[in-house]
This record gives sequence, C-alpha cells and structure tokens, in this order.
Amino acid sequence: MSAARLRLFGHRVTIPAMIGFVIIAVNLIAALGAPWLSPFDQADVVCEAWDDPTAEHLLGCDNLGRDLLSRLLFGARMSIGLSLLITTLSFSIGIVTGFTAAIAKGWVDAALSRAVDLMLSMPSLIFAFVVLSVLGTEIPVLVITLACLDSTRVFRLSRALAMNIVALEYVEVAKLRGEGLWWIITREVLPAARAPLIAEFGLRFSFAFLFVAALSFLGLGIQPPNADWGSMVRDYRDMINLGITAPFWPAGAIAVLTIGVNFVVDWLLAIQSRGHGENA
Amino acid sequence: MGKLIAQRLALGFLTLFGASVLIFAGTELLPGDLASALLQNNATEENLAVMRKQLGLDRPAPVRYVEWFGGALKGDLGKSLATERPVAADLAPRLRNTIFLAIYAAVVAVPLAIALGLLAAVFQGSVFDRAVNTVTLMTISIPEYLVGYLLMKYISVQLGWLPTLANVTEETPLGERFYLSLLPMLTLVLVTIAHMMRMTRASVLAIMASPYIEMAFLKGIPKWIVVVRHAFPNALAPVISVVALNLAYLIVGVVVVESVFVYPGLGQLMVDAVSKHDVPVVQACGLLFASAFIVLNMLADIAAILANPRLRHPR
Amino acid sequence: MSGSERVLSVEHLRVEARNDGGTTAVLVDDVSFTLDRGEVIGLIGESGAGKTTIGLACLGYTRNGCAIAGGSIVFRGRDILALSASERRALRGPGVAYIAQSAAASFNPAMTLFEQVCEIPVRHGIMSAEEARKVAIGLFRELDLPNPETFGNRYPHQVSGGQLQRAMAAMAMAARPDILVFDEPTTALDVTTQVEVLAAFRKLIKEHRTAAIYITHDLAVVAQIADSIMVLRHGKMVEHGEADQILQAPREEYTRRLVAERVSGHDFIDREGGDPPLLAIRDVVASYASLLRVIDGVSLEVRRGDTVAVVGESGSGKSTLARVITGLLPREEGDISFQGESLPPTLAQRTRDQKRRIQMIYQMPDVALNPHQTLLDIIGRPIDFYFGRSRADIRKRVLELLRMMDLPESFIDRKPGELSGGQKQRVGIARALAAEPDLIICDEVTSALDQLVGEEILRLLKRLQDELGIAYLFITHDLGVVKRIANKVTVMLKGKMVAGGETQTVFAPPFHPYTELLLSSVPEMRSDWLDEVLEKRRISS
Repeated sequence: MSAARLRLFGHRVTIPAMIGFVIIAVNLIAALGAPWLSPFDQADVVCEAWDDPTAEHLLGCDNLGRDLLSRLLFGARMSIGLSLLITTLSFSIGIVTGFTAAIAKGWVDAALSRAVDLMLSMPSLIFAFVVLSVLGTEIPVLVITLACLDSTRVFRLSRALAMNIVALEYVEVAKLRGEGLWWIITREVLPAARAPLIAEFGLRFSFAFLFVAALSFLGLGIQPPNADWGSMVRDYRDMINLGITAPFWPAGAIAVLTIGVNFVVDWLLAIQSRGHGENA
Repeated sequence: MGKLIAQRLALGFLTLFGASVLIFAGTELLPGDLASALLQNNATEENLAVMRKQLGLDRPAPVRYVEWFGGALKGDLGKSLATERPVAADLAPRLRNTIFLAIYAAVVAVPLAIALGLLAAVFQGSVFDRAVNTVTLMTISIPEYLVGYLLMKYISVQLGWLPTLANVTEETPLGERFYLSLLPMLTLVLVTIAHMMRMTRASVLAIMASPYIEMAFLKGIPKWIVVVRHAFPNALAPVISVVALNLAYLIVGVVVVESVFVYPGLGQLMVDAVSKHDVPVVQACGLLFASAFIVLNMLADIAAILANPRLRHPR
Repeated sequence: MSGSERVLSVEHLRVEARNDGGTTAVLVDDVSFTLDRGEVIGLIGESGAGKTTIGLACLGYTRNGCAIAGGSIVFRGRDILALSASERRALRGPGVAYIAQSAAASFNPAMTLFEQVCEIPVRHGIMSAEEARKVAIGLFRELDLPNPETFGNRYPHQVSGGQLQRAMAAMAMAARPDILVFDEPTTALDVTTQVEVLAAFRKLIKEHRTAAIYITHDLAVVAQIADSIMVLRHGKMVEHGEADQILQAPREEYTRRLVAERVSGHDFIDREGGDPPLLAIRDVVASYASLLRVIDGVSLEVRRGDTVAVVGESGSGKSTLARVITGLLPREEGDISFQGESLPPTLAQRTRDQKRRIQMIYQMPDVALNPHQTLLDIIGRPIDFYFGRSRADIRKRVLELLRMMDLPESFIDRKPGELSGGQKQRVGIARALAAEPDLIICDEVTSALDQLVGEEILRLLKRLQDELGIAYLFITHDLGVVKRIANKVTVMLKGKMVAGGETQTVFAPPFHPYTELLLSSVPEMRSDWLDEVLEKRRISS
C-alpha cells in the first residue's frame, strides 16, 4: 500500500500514473545514456542480418547486421530528443502568442485567431506533407515545421486559459490598482495557468512524438543512418511475413512511451478537475 | 437558424478557399523554389531558368494561384512532374479506393463507438466503464502501424485468415474488395474507435450530470427512459461533433494505414509524391484531404445547430 | 376529509457522505418531524445545514456519494427506506414531488413544457396523455400562467424565469402528490417576481390541501407559507416549533440571532457638511459595444463619511455603474468628478493616486482573491505599489490590517483556499483599506455570504467607517441592507435612475411607484405580510 500513499503536488499518485512515471523515467535514462548503455554503436555492423537474440545481442540483429538493442537505445535519443525540442519550441511560440492575443484583444487577437483557425482547418499531417515536399526532410526543417503546426493548438489553449483568468476579479483588482501588463501576466495569470499547461505539454509531447514517428515510418522524417524508432519500424516491416519480431520492438517502444505519458497526463487532468488540496 | 446555417456554410467555403491559398503558398513562397528543389545538385543558372520557364514559375504567384485553383475547381489539377500525366487521371481511382476504405471503416466504427460510449456512460464507475477507460487510453497511444502489423502478424501470418496486403485494383470485384480491405478497415476502426468512444462517454456524462436529469429521476422516471428521452436528444449535438471530428481524424489515419497494407489509395500517392517532390500531385492530394476535413467539420457544426432546441425554437 | 391525516413521519434521519479518502461526513444527523395532510413545514438554515439533503431523502433519493445511514422515513404507513428501487421510483412524482431552485436548469431544454409537465402522470400510468394535458392546462390556469391552453407548447427557454418556476410547480402537482418538496424555489428570482410566485405556490397548496416541505434560507419567506418551522444548522435540528413561536419567541440563541438580524434598525447620523462632494456623478451615460445604453443619465453624490446605496434588480445597470466609476468601462456622456476634480473616463488615463483613492470590494470573495498568493502578498501589494514601503513595514502594516479585520495574525502566510467565505471577504476589505482610499465601492458584498456572516461583514464595514471616515458606495439588490446602513440611496431600473436622495426621503411616502413596488416586495418577518401585500395590490390595480 506504500505505492498508494505516494503523493506529488499534494495529490495521491494513482497506479496508472505511477506506471507512467516509471515508463517516462526509463525512456529518459535510455535516451540520455544511450552512448554508455548500448553495447555497440548504432551504425556498426557486428553480426549477420537477422541473427537471433543471443547473450551478446539481447534483441538480435537487424537487416544490415547491426545490434538491435543499441539501435533502439540510440533511437530513443533521436525520437525523444527531437519531440522534446519540437514541443518546447511550439510551447514557446504558442504561449507567447496566445497570451498576447488574450490580453491585447482587438485586432491583434482577431488576426492571430483567424490565422490559427485557418491552419487548423487542415489536418496537420497534410500540411506537413505540403511543406516537406518542397523543403525536403532535413532535421531543422522538420523541427520548425512541426513546431509551427503544433503551436496553433498551444495558442488555442493558452489564449482560452488567459481569457478565463483575465476575466477573474482578482485580475481586475490588479488592473484597477494600475499594475502593468508584465506583472499581470507573471503574477496573476501564469500561476493559475501552470497546471493545465503542464498537462498540455505532456499531450503535445506525445502528439509530436507520434507525429515524428509516423513521418519517419512513411519515409519522410528522420533519414538514415540515424536510428529512430519510426524509421526502424519502416526498415524492418517486411520481416513480419517471415515471423521476425524485430519491427515490434521499436513500434512497441513508441506505444509504451506514449501510453506512459498519457497515463501521467490523465492523472494530471483528473487532479486539476478535482480542484485544490482537499480529499485528494 | 437559417441565417446561422448560411453563415456557417459561407464560413466553410471561405475556409476552403483559405486552405487552398495556404496549400499553394506552402509550396510557392518558401525559400528556394521548386526548380532548385527539383534540380538539386544540377542547378546551374541556365538549368534553373529553363526549369522555371517550363514550370511556369516565371509568372507572378497570384496569377499562377488563380490558374491552379480555377483549374482545380474544373477538375484540372495540372500535370505530374514525375509521370507527366494529368494528375486527375492518376488521382481518380486512388480517391475512389480511399473513400471506399474510409466509409467502410466509418460504417463499422461510428455505431460501435457510440454504443460503447453510451454503455460506459450509463454504467459509469462500473468495472466495465473503468476497463474500457483504461483500454481506450492505451489504444489512443498506440500508433496505427503497430496495430496494423499486430493484426497482420496474428491474423494473416499465423492464422492465415486474411491476406497481408490489400492490393486491390480497378478490376477487383466489390465482394473481394471487402475481403481484401478487411484488415486495413479493422486497423482504422481500432485506432479511431477509442477516441470517439471516450468523447461520446464524456459528452453523455456531462449531460447526465445536469439538473434536469436529476429532476427526471426525481419524477420517478425509469433510467432507460431518462437516458433515451431526456439525455439522448441533448447529447446528440456533442456526439455529432465527436463523430465528425473523428471522421476527420480517420482521413489522416488512412495515410499511414494505406502505407502499412500497401493499399493503393490517395495517402500512398501523396506520400510517394512528397518524397519525389512531385508538387502538383502533393497540392492536389492536399486540397482533397483538406476539403474533406473542412466539409466534415462544417457538416458537424450545422448538425449541432439543427440539434439545438434553443435555435430550433427561437423565442 | 378528517382533520389530521399523517402523510409523512421522519424519525432520527441520518445521511452520510463518503468521499474519496474513505472518510465519512455527516450531512444530516438525527432529524425528526411529521407532516399531516395540508400542513407545511419550513426547513431553514444557512448553507451546509442539510436542508436539501433532507428534502431529497423524503423522495428516497440521495445524491452521488451520499447514503441514508439511519432512521426511518414513513410515507403513508410505509417506510421508504425498506422499499425496493422500483417501489421507490413509483413513489417519486405521484407520492412526493420535488420543486427545484433553478427552474431554468431543471427543465429539459429539448422538450416542451407539456411533455415535461405531463410526464409524471403519464409515465406512472395514472392518466392518459389526453387527461394529463387537461390537468396541465387546469394547473397553468390556477397558477395564473398566460394563455394556459397553449402555454405548454413552448420550450423552457421561451418563457420567463417566474413563469418557469410556476410551471415547475404545475409539473410537480400534475399527479396530485401527497407531498411537495420546495427547495429554495424563489431564491433565484428578483424580489418583485418572488411575491407573485410565492402567492401562486401558497394558493396551490391551500386549494389542494397538499402537505409541503418548504426549504429556504430566508425566514421571512418561510413565514408566509409554513405552519411550523424547523431551524437547522450543520445537519442538526436547532429548534422546531410553530411558525409564530419561532418568529416571535425563539428559544435557542441561534434562532434568536437569525430572527434578530432583520429587525435591528439603524439610526441615521446627519453627515451633511459643507465640503465639496467626494464623488459627484452627473448625467452619466455608458453602454457596452455602443448598442444599448446600460447606464442612461445617472447622477449621484457621495460625501465624506457617506454610505450611498445603489439598488435595483438584475439588469438595472447597478454593477455597470461601478465599472464606469472605476474607469473599466469608459463613460460616453456626463461627468464624474472626485473631490471637485474631473476623473478621466478610462482607467489608463487616470493617475496612480486617482486609482488609489477609489477601491473595490467584490461579491465573490473566491474569485476576488488570487488563490496562488498568500495574504501577505494580497494585502501587501497595494502598500508596496502605492507607497513603496520596505518589506518589514509592509509586513507590519498587513498584520495591523489583519487585526483590524479581527483575523488572526497567523493567517498572514496562508492562502485564500484555507479561509472561510466570511474570512475571505475580510481579506478583500483589508486589501481595499491597504490603499488608504477615500471611497470604497462595495459590489453586493454580502449576497454570496450566509445571513449571519454577511451581518458581521456589514458591522465591520460600519465600524471601519466610524474609525476611518471612509465613504461607501453600496451596490446591492437587498433593500433590507440599504435601509439599515445607507444614508442616501439611488434606485435604478433598466439603466435609469428612478429615485435618489436621503434614504428617509426616498423610502417614505410619497414614493416613486417602482420604489414602492420594490419596498413592498421585500418579505417581512411576520406571517400576515404576504396577505397584506396581495390585498394592497388588488386594491390599487
């Protein structure tokens, strides 16, 4: 029962949330420690193609005779690192524009909101295709395109949050007192928006992560020789017919990390809707 | 109400127009034009000039946009850079295949998701509800290709019940089409159903928590009548939006699923075109996907307006 | 028809709520009463007294997470708690019917009124749809609803709040239940509407000799309708007796305080002085998005030490007036001057000192205080902002203000979430005082609070005025408050001023007709008030 009593942010951590935290921690360790943890380099050919798992190659080998476990660990680095970068960037853009729109109101808000509406009128995968078809699939292009696309959703949320908070009377009090815009944003608006934004970060991360993986899977994301989970699935997929399980390792890893993040987000959203402190 | 619907329709068409501008601008206004992208390392000044002329890039962008969009409205989508055949000719059979698959999946997924969502809401807090909640949370997180490959491995490879690849052609008879595309359909159903179900459940629960539902119970009305007569008409609008939203998601999910099962649809075509920088094809596919998405969202909003009693019976 | 026919007897009722942590809270503890045919019992108490829980328990219903943990509820000789779920269901509607506080929320927006009013008799198989419709029309007529024949064809959003509340009574009465449970049925209505609805309810109960449980927080309302009154507090019975006994000779201290609040008078001090008015508003006009004039030609004056009340019903523009004075909503015409000096229309144009001199206290202390800041931050910020004192000085001053508010000094490092509603409102006052203002605008400061807590806040404001000489502009819908604390009053109706001046003058004949209507609509704590009002209105019309 000690697990049930563990608390975070003053709330009890549920079992799915615990599982989620563990999954995230394991993945982060893998991503950060890939060069030290992995037995071989991601690009080294160390065995025959599709060798079965042995004590030396715990997960066996891939189509070119590279160690699967090592590639999986390095893949974590690429997939997770890139998604984090995209999410951070999209958050910075989205929050700044969203808060500005909510507080400035008027034509600034109208212009930004209509632009975002237009961007959101199309599935982002389709929009990404259009851009990538012209700009190619180098990593910086990928990161900036996806961050811009994703920031539209962050914009929507942070604008709505800020609008709600600005309408609260304690913000009115600050305005009446004559406080400046910066003070109002940092002292009155941000603290109240923090919790929903953290949950949103988790959601956006898992979205970006799946998105990058899907692009790589379609051959339009991260290009060889860099290992990443999406393109690993693509490289190994023909082996399904032969009963080789290799593609399921990276695909499974993608699913597990997303599930973990979603478990934590679900918990965060649940404690928010339950309000502060008591009987949580 | 008529005015609201007219407004929504107008907005829909305006959005469609805006999306077409965006698709066009996305390929035109970015640094390094199409010609340099196509020629890549072979790009000399002369080559570029010739290529630009060939592609019509020497004329101003607005003119080219009007030509392109005007042509698209008439069904002329330009010529493919790779095959030099008219895009529309390559597109048509692909489009038919994709629409077939999407409708096939929707017909199965929508009723199933709504039914499961309603059940979970009615039995809120039960073991069934909690199990469904956790399972769907997990399915949402699983990428389409993993679901696809798992189905392929177990149903096709191990059990041998269904073909691994869905290579339908123009000549494939309808019955065989259903059989061949059963696995892609199942994959799509599995990945869309979870979201649709969770959102249905949430909208019905929001309605069930309202005071007029408690009032109905206090009037001694049996639970099933409360659900059917009192809750359902009010839950209709949110459920319709949920369905439309997820159908829009299904359109995108199609891209990946087609790739998994090598299904000759629009998504496959678009992915190929992107990697070949075949811009006219990408634009055409993008326009079609975007239109479907926008029209679905528009229909959902109109349905929601129609389902709202306050708008249906004005003061 | 015998004289007394027992329809309900509740004995030692106990209702518990189980929350997530597994701990239980007792909502209702050891409550007993009986109800005969035609008898009306009033359940009275502040929020959290368990009134609604008792009312719902009489229908054999508890809200999510709650359970009846003990006692018995015997309805016509059968213990409701021993019944099966379907037997209980059969009882709801035809046996005991419920009338909720908010009719707007309790009617299904997707069904016509006929469908909903006829539902009880039809679904319980008591009448055919045709018969039920006739009964409904009859009830609509009894309740003075317009066009009774066709009224039921409308949807809930197509009729007014007062009509909807009466339609809910018709819905409850449709199957001629033995008991009606009224749960604060007039609380959401304006006072002038409340009178009509209350009269309609009383007529209905009298004519059908229905027993009723009338739940409210307002003793004066229950006095008009109940034969006996039970006072509840924290789920326990405080006192139960004949209505007149409770009103005139309460036995318990708590009841005495509840009764006393309404009668305590206030002597007006003549504060007229020669100095220029603190705040002078002349012919001010303001509107939202230039569409409709929300404030249309309002003038009033506030002098040092004055308490000026602005009264009106919902939609009268009284809260908008506060926004215009503070500059949140710029005025379009007219002038507002402070100590003889014209104030710029918008907040941005005003100087820091002009902003400091006018402070506000709000209706909802929950949203008026930032839940993420400590009281030191909340109260200390104006001191820092306007006077730029050192940290130590600020802390000292905040402590001083807390003492002035009768709040413990240890609260200084707490956040608003740990405080009760009344305490939060005191923090709001302290924050306003920290700016050392000349005028405080109080926007419905007591209406979100329980009666006795609100009373303490008023007393505190009064004391502060005596000590510091601050002027108040009191925005309220509660005429009782106005009469007791304001020396001047402005009555507003649909954005226009209908009367203004010294309270004694405005609230004494000759009245403006609307002022008279408002005044006469405030329930008084004697059981013959409603009869008198209805009598008077019949004569005058």
